[in-house]
Amino acid sequence: MEENTLVNSEIQLVVFKLGRENYGVSILQVQEIKRMTDITRVPHAPEYIKGVINLRGSVLPVIDLKKCLELPPNDDTDSTRIVIVKVEEILFGVIVDAVSEVAPIDSSSIEPPTSVVSGVNNQYLSGVGKLEDRLIIMLNLEKIIGIGIDSAKII
Amino acid sequence: MDVNQYMGMFLEESREHLQALNRCVLDLENDPKNLTVLDEIFRSAHTIKGMSATMGFTVVAELTHEMENVLDLLRKGQLPANETILDILFKCIDTLEQLIEAIANGNDSSVNIKPLVTSLIKIAKGEPVTPASAEPADASDKAIVAEQATVSLAFDDTETKVIKAANRQGLRSFKVDVHLRDGCLLKSARAYMVMNALDEFGDVIKTIPPSDDLEKENFALDFTAILLTDSDPEKVQHALLSISEIEVVTVTSVDIAQAEPSGQVKESTEVVSDDDKLKVETTPIHDAASTATTTDKKVKSGQSVRVDIDKLDSLLNLVGELVINKTRLEQIGASHKLTDLAETIEQMDRVTTDLQTVVMKVRMVPIGQVFNRFPRMVRDLSRDLHKEVNLIVQGEETELDRTVIDEIGDPLVHLLRNALDHGVENPKDRQAKGKNPVGEIRLIARHEGNNVIIMVEDDGGGINADIIKQIALQKGLITPSEAEKMDNNDIVRLVFLPGFSTAKVVTDVSGRGVGMDAVKTKIESLGGMVDVETKINEGSKFKIRLPLTLAIIQALLVKVAEEIYAIPLGSIDSTINITPADIKTIQNQEVILLRGQIIPIIRLAKVLNIPNSEQENPEELYVTIVHMGEQKAGIIVDTLIGQQEIVIKSLGKLLAGIKVIAGATILGNGQVALILDVGSLMAAKG
Repeated sequence: MEENTLVNSEIQLVVFKLGRENYGVSILQVQEIKRMTDITRVPHAPEYIKGVINLRGSVLPVIDLKKCLELPPNDDTDSTRIVIVKVEEILFGVIVDAVSEVAPIDSSSIEPPTSVVSGVNNQYLSGVGKLEDRLIIMLNLEKIIGIGIDSAKII
Repeated sequence: MDVNQYMGMFLEESREHLQALNRCVLDLENDPKNLTVLDEIFRSAHTIKGMSATMGFTVVAELTHEMENVLDLLRKGQLPANETILDILFKCIDTLEQLIEAIANGNDSSVNIKPLVTSLIKIAKGEPVTPASAEPADASDKAIVAEQATVSLAFDDTETKVIKAANRQGLRSFKVDVHLRDGCLLKSARAYMVMNALDEFGDVIKTIPPSDDLEKENFALDFTAILLTDSDPEKVQHALLSISEIEVVTVTSVDIAQAEPSGQVKESTEVVSDDDKLKVETTPIHDAASTATTTDKKVKSGQSVRVDIDKLDSLLNLVGELVINKTRLEQIGASHKLTDLAETIEQMDRVTTDLQTVVMKVRMVPIGQVFNRFPRMVRDLSRDLHKEVNLIVQGEETELDRTVIDEIGDPLVHLLRNALDHGVENPKDRQAKGKNPVGEIRLIARHEGNNVIIMVEDDGGGINADIIKQIALQKGLITPSEAEKMDNNDIVRLVFLPGFSTAKVVTDVSGRGVGMDAVKTKIESLGGMVDVETKINEGSKFKIRLPLTLAIIQALLVKVAEEIYAIPLGSIDSTINITPADIKTIQNQEVILLRGQIIPIIRLAKVLNIPNSEQENPEELYVTIVHMGEQKAGIIVDTLIGQQEIVIKSLGKLLAGIKVIAGATILGNGQVALILDVGSLMAAKG
């Protein structure tokens, strides 16, 4: 994974907001960013899967990141977006409060996740990066859908 | 030659021919005197030999070559098609299958064919001395050819007349023998090229075999043409040799007088002396030659193309998109009341429907492709088990989607093996029960509405419900109180439960356990279902119901609170209106009475935890009566939206485990609606 390499190189991050915190995923994993659209609830689906959407004829699951990361929920706003990502050949959307920018970050400035990060389940994070004076929390999307697959099997 | 590009073609054709071989040898076993079948066997073996030699798979070629020798003797009636020979032939086919699969996997000669080759040679030599059997194979091959040539080089009246007439005009008649290179892939095309080349020199008045057979590749490697020309024979020979894959060309002049009885010569000479008549006689032959070319073209347009299934899949996806957009247009037209648009849409509707049917048809494959291998399997297995079984196959022409065909084989093998192993009893036991000692297994496929039904029936011992019940209790799959409530059919269905099957159950008791849950899972994953009926001492019947296609279905859209769901029309019996008072309860299960039948009720809002679905005692309830096999249930919904064609989309890996949802579809307005899995809804009821 690009985020974890210790080589001194820049990686491009898509930075977005969840509540008041800044999160980032590698731009290589992001397919597109979509405005909020109708989400169809799927009965008996794991709680953090908000439902499915229609992306130009394909049906994609959408993950409620706040449920995963145990962040307080809030209502959708004008700036709410669905970031379509592809991880291990699985295409899905994640709901974010706002997409702020695409920013380059030096991989050497990414530190492993510590308990400093406010009340968040550590395993879904791959590190914390410093961008100027801001802290960007790097998401580990593989882990996030990993739990998805596990709990889907239990049902 | 780079053979790799022909690899796929070689493998597929070999497999087809092997299947044909299997089928024909089975036929031959039942009817050892059937020469047509023998010819077919010979042709298939020969084709495999030719192809493998070209591709450089000498082992395959060697084995088929020896097979051919034996087959040739059978064909000539110099050997009887007895059991030993047929067994050896079956072994050869098996070995060939192994060899071909080994080639497919990239390792050639991993199978030892020596013992088989030796026994084939022994069979060929074990006969009272005949020239063909004593000679090495090559010679016997040529012998056939020579025989063919001499036997058929006889001219009928018209031909004689024409040759005579031509001779008078100064044309010479030649017999052109062409031998194609061993392993020539497109024999009919080569023959066509030869004929075309010959046409430039003069008229071809006759071919051996006839031109029909040349087009259909009904010849080995040799064919002969009778040519009337004023050219030099060497020129003809030279021209033909320049066509690729032609090995030998011999041009000999024909002496007409020798080829016919003398009486006829006189007769024809008389006719020929009349010049007018001569022309009349010549024309039809010319016509015949041109008809031959036209039929050749016709055959070509009827030829098939092998297409990668992935391409068909994407074609189907595109058609699916088109259907979605068409529905969207329909909705726009309806909401804006545009009559002009409505007409156009109607037109478009017809075209998309046709397009869809065609694409679906393209993907359809007759189920015979799967059934073909079963007679052989049943034969072998019944021998191993010392049982006598007659397999009756019906409805091989029933067509199913290619994806289903690919997957359905294994479950059917399972069911057939079970029927043979545990269903049909020993001949002795059968006699003791007063049955025909020869058991019967029926494999039947047929259409039923939008479904295909496949049945595996045996007339064996049936499944003993009591024993099944005991085992299920023992294994804790059901509780004693549950067992009390179940009728025999329910109990027999327990064999489909995962965990029911263990090797011990199979051998000790009536069996039927092996991987039945695997069979069920597979069929359900194909959108189908399987049920079983059984009667002690009369046999069991496994019934598989499969959807015709996996991609586009008719569905009823229903609404509960704010959510829209699609119910496949195939599982809907009817929709009815009831009042809340019609709902009764039996042991806490809500039911309604419909035409004297007790039907359990499923409240969709409850089963799917649909939010905001609390309604204050509506006066009328909509109930969709659905069925799964013999069982029925009523699904209560808020509104019926209507029937629509929907394209099934998968929910993807992340949501794969959800039982009651079979998939999703995209509605005309772009919204996603979920498709209900009626089977698991009924299982999850309450």
